[in-house]
Amino acid sequence: MKKILILSGKGGTGKTTVASNFINISKARVFSDCDVEAPNLHLVSMLSNVQNRENYYGLDKSVINQDKCIQCGICQSYCRFNAISFVNGTYLIDPHMCEGCGVCNYVCPEKAIDFVKSVDGETMLYKEDKVFSTATLKMGSGNSGLLVTKVKKQMQDYIKDDDLVIIDGPPGIGCPVIASMSGVDLILLVAEPSVSGISDLQRIIKTAASFHLKTAVCINKFDLNKKLSHDIISYLKANDIDYAGEIGYHQEIIDSINKGETLPINTQAYKDIKKIYDFTVNLLA
Amino acid sequence: MKIAVLSGKGGTGKTFVSVNLAYVLNEATYVDCDVEEPNGNLYFKGDYQEKIVEVDVPEINHDTCIRCGKCVDFCKFNALALILDKVRVFSQLCHSCGGCKLVCPVGAINEKKKPIGVVKSGMYENHQIISGEMYIKEETGVKIIDELLDAVSLDKNDVVIDCPPGNGCSVMASIKDADYCVLVAEPTIFGLHNLKMVYELSRVFNKKIGLVINKASDNQMINDFANEENIEILQEIPFDKDMGYLNSVGEIVSKNKKYRKYFEVIAEKIFGDRL
Repeated sequence: MKKILILSGKGGTGKTTVASNFINISKARVFSDCDVEAPNLHLVSMLSNVQNRENYYGLDKSVINQDKCIQCGICQSYCRFNAISFVNGTYLIDPHMCEGCGVCNYVCPEKAIDFVKSVDGETMLYKEDKVFSTATLKMGSGNSGLLVTKVKKQMQDYIKDDDLVIIDGPPGIGCPVIASMSGVDLILLVAEPSVSGISDLQRIIKTAASFHLKTAVCINKFDLNKKLSHDIISYLKANDIDYAGEIGYHQEIIDSINKGETLPINTQAYKDIKKIYDFTVNLLA
Repeated sequence: MKIAVLSGKGGTGKTFVSVNLAYVLNEATYVDCDVEEPNGNLYFKGDYQEKIVEVDVPEINHDTCIRCGKCVDFCKFNALALILDKVRVFSQLCHSCGGCKLVCPVGAINEKKKPIGVVKSGMYENHQIISGEMYIKEETGVKIIDELLDAVSLDKNDVVIDCPPGNGCSVMASIKDADYCVLVAEPTIFGLHNLKMVYELSRVFNKKIGLVINKASDNQMINDFANEENIEILQEIPFDKDMGYLNSVGEIVSKNKKYRKYFEVIAEKIFGDRL
């Protein structure tokens, strides 16, 4: 069993386009979308039946029991997240600010603060002939790293020895990205030829390297700025990182997304991605 | 006024809109809250002063520690573990709540400062530019975002806040002080799906909302959603190869008369009579 994770640092470079077409080309049986803050893979997965839908509980949140509260204000003075305010003679905890650390509960002399369960999102598992794991974070919840781990865990039992698992990752370099990296065999980065794209690519390459993960890079929208595309290739060479190939700027990519489909076999974009796929799979051998 | 620019989906043009909107607003401050992948300074080029951002993390005095495990049990973030009879700290996971120090019965825990990134500030023409950059391998840049917004909390000028992608804790921290949210969407089913999510987030926080459609072409599905929810469309910026090229090399496109009007219209619609 091998796992390929698609990342990019910068958002909107084409992670989901690459992931969905990799899934199609490889006939992957198990795949997941770890971009829990802005999931899109389900829109082009061509699967329709969610078999398992479960609430995702993040950390419990603190709530003040107003019957017991004596308005001493000790909780507010200890809260490091400015989550507790004093309004019209009442102490209140803002659930969006509360990180669930439990300090206020601990310091309250009247034991007037309770922990309550908090639904922070939903995990979904599609189980047809294929298994697809995804989730959405509830708006205003935060803590998406933990949810990413849940997404990966719920597909784990369905993976067989000869499976090639494709994982669509989140943007950035922080906790959801780091959570998505655990246990993968290869990271394919989708880069974009712009000054922002290059800066972000360098930061995600360093992040992956710090966790000693094997990395390859492909360039999307290659002809947007050919000079910068060649700059990226030179940078990869200089740093001894595999270059997996390029995808041109093709309208058919946008058309296929909007139809909720992967690319038709006769398109140039499909051929571009197929080449990248072949190269990437070779790296795993 | 504080204007946050967000999108849910990455790559729709948050930085493009933020940079150019700030540039056409006289003396406006630009704040880059995408501390994981900051790009604003690639447009507002200059020498910026750097200040290190630190968080408090626990430090265990192993001579005093009686290995009772109370700190480990208390920590909800799994930042402490009792391994081989010694309490270890995983500082990347620490949220700096201070709970471990409180519960330690023998005073074996102190807090020390740990740098997690930098805040950069300086001037570009008549604009104050402030951006944050999280160090590689850190898990969260929320503390850096808080410092960025503290720095502009009393700003009398208009402030444009360039948000990170998504809608998690970094985005919530970025928009909490904003008076107005500009949502940037691209006309694809991905763009629409993620627009719905940030729209909901902006509503949870009771913000005024306007919409910019970037890389506009066939915008029917975005328009339908905007109509349904009664969201004002501030601007439709068509896909233009020349403008895309200028943006890709780090140019501020609103310096060019031809493109400036896109952003002036956005400003007029946000500020209404004030301008």
